[in-house]
Amino acid sequence: MNFRNLITHIFLVICLISVQILLLKNLALFGVAFCFIYLLAILSFPINMRSFPLILISFGLGLLIDVFYDTLGLHAAAATLLAFLRTYWLKAISPNGGYDDANNPTLPEMGIGWYLSYSLPLVFAFSLMFFIADQWGTGGFYGVLNKSLFSSIFTVILAIIVQLLFFKRRRGI
Amino acid sequence: MLRILQFLYSLRSFLLFVLLEVLAIGLIVSNNSPQGAAFFNSSNALTGSVLKTRSDVVDFFSLAEANDALLTENAALSEQLKTLKAIPDSANIPLDSALEAQFDFRAARIISNSLRFAHNHITLNKGAKDGVKPGMGVFNEQGVIGRIKSVSENYSVAISLLNTELSLSSKIKTNDSFGTTKWDGKNSKKTKLLYVPRHVTASPGDTVITTGYSAVFPEGILVGIIESVDQSEDPNYLDIVINLSTDFSKAHYVYLVENTQLAELDSLYKQSEIENEF
Repeated sequence: MNFRNLITHIFLVICLISVQILLLKNLALFGVAFCFIYLLAILSFPINMRSFPLILISFGLGLLIDVFYDTLGLHAAAATLLAFLRTYWLKAISPNGGYDDANNPTLPEMGIGWYLSYSLPLVFAFSLMFFIADQWGTGGFYGVLNKSLFSSIFTVILAIIVQLLFFKRRRGI
Repeated sequence: MLRILQFLYSLRSFLLFVLLEVLAIGLIVSNNSPQGAAFFNSSNALTGSVLKTRSDVVDFFSLAEANDALLTENAALSEQLKTLKAIPDSANIPLDSALEAQFDFRAARIISNSLRFAHNHITLNKGAKDGVKPGMGVFNEQGVIGRIKSVSENYSVAISLLNTELSLSSKIKTNDSFGTTKWDGKNSKKTKLLYVPRHVTASPGDTVITTGYSAVFPEGILVGIIESVDQSEDPNYLDIVINLSTDFSKAHYVYLVENTQLAELDSLYKQSEIENEF
């Protein structure tokens, strides 16, 4: 990751977190579809990034969101899970011949089909962890599944829109 | 030995993952308990100021509504004042001073609120500096909102009534039979009244209010209206669903109530070895 990419990434993280805290906190479409747009930051870290720092950064990001949401630990637990799974999932869905060294796992660089198969299961795993931890002991696995499914679809749609609008093709962000 | 270390090193990201998950789950558990101080929450200075700025902007658009609510409240209060005003009479006995000063009221503004999770919290713009203490009750002109959980210098965090951990001592107004209001985590407009015995005749449309048995709220603050009464699976108790009188999505300005004799009550309970569950 060169210096310019680093700066753009930090900028992206700050933007996404502010949007998440200031605009999306109380948003829930039809009461079931939540939006976790800050996951886009974790999802678009470079492909060859090591697992160890990725997990640490995700935990920190989750904790930061948690403080504003007053849900201490929920986002942190779920984001850590997502970061952990990301490394293995990237290996599992690598295209023939592997990844290009300079590739970022973003929509403009990898295409819509690959991006959906990359982001949707990961965000779903995040949502599942998040809502199970939130609703623990209050029963109703059906409600958890419902919320997770629609939240992950909504989040991925919004993530795709953000990338179409703001990410430049082939030049970092 | 070296091989063991190498093995652990090759597993380092997995070990880190497990460690952080355990840490996060520990945080969740400690944060969900209704009592006790939380270390990181929205009452700290930086978080509070960000949320306050946001709410300053957003609340501007609901000023008209807030104004309306205040007007209604004012009208109701002045109506009450008329009936309560003492008649000039030389034989007027003053109220017992202990009774008179039992509750202390303050006002605050909600700067952050959530209703979609199972454990919802509310952040208020008043803190220890303004005399807010953990354990104070929070309500507005519509009804009960919650209870203060932790306090910082300038901000405080309350557990919302929409939190599966908060239980509120409440009773049915018409026949004085009491129970516990506890949210089931599903619908943000409805809650449940638990532990009302089967012999009680409760019917849809009855009003549910606070009891005053717990040291948090004075008697008679509105909780909601009974929507349905069913025979539950539990052979001892009724299954009562309440429509909450408070619209949590539109609550902006709240009142805080403090029981000034809480310490005395607490020590009395401790003497007689009763667990006071607020």
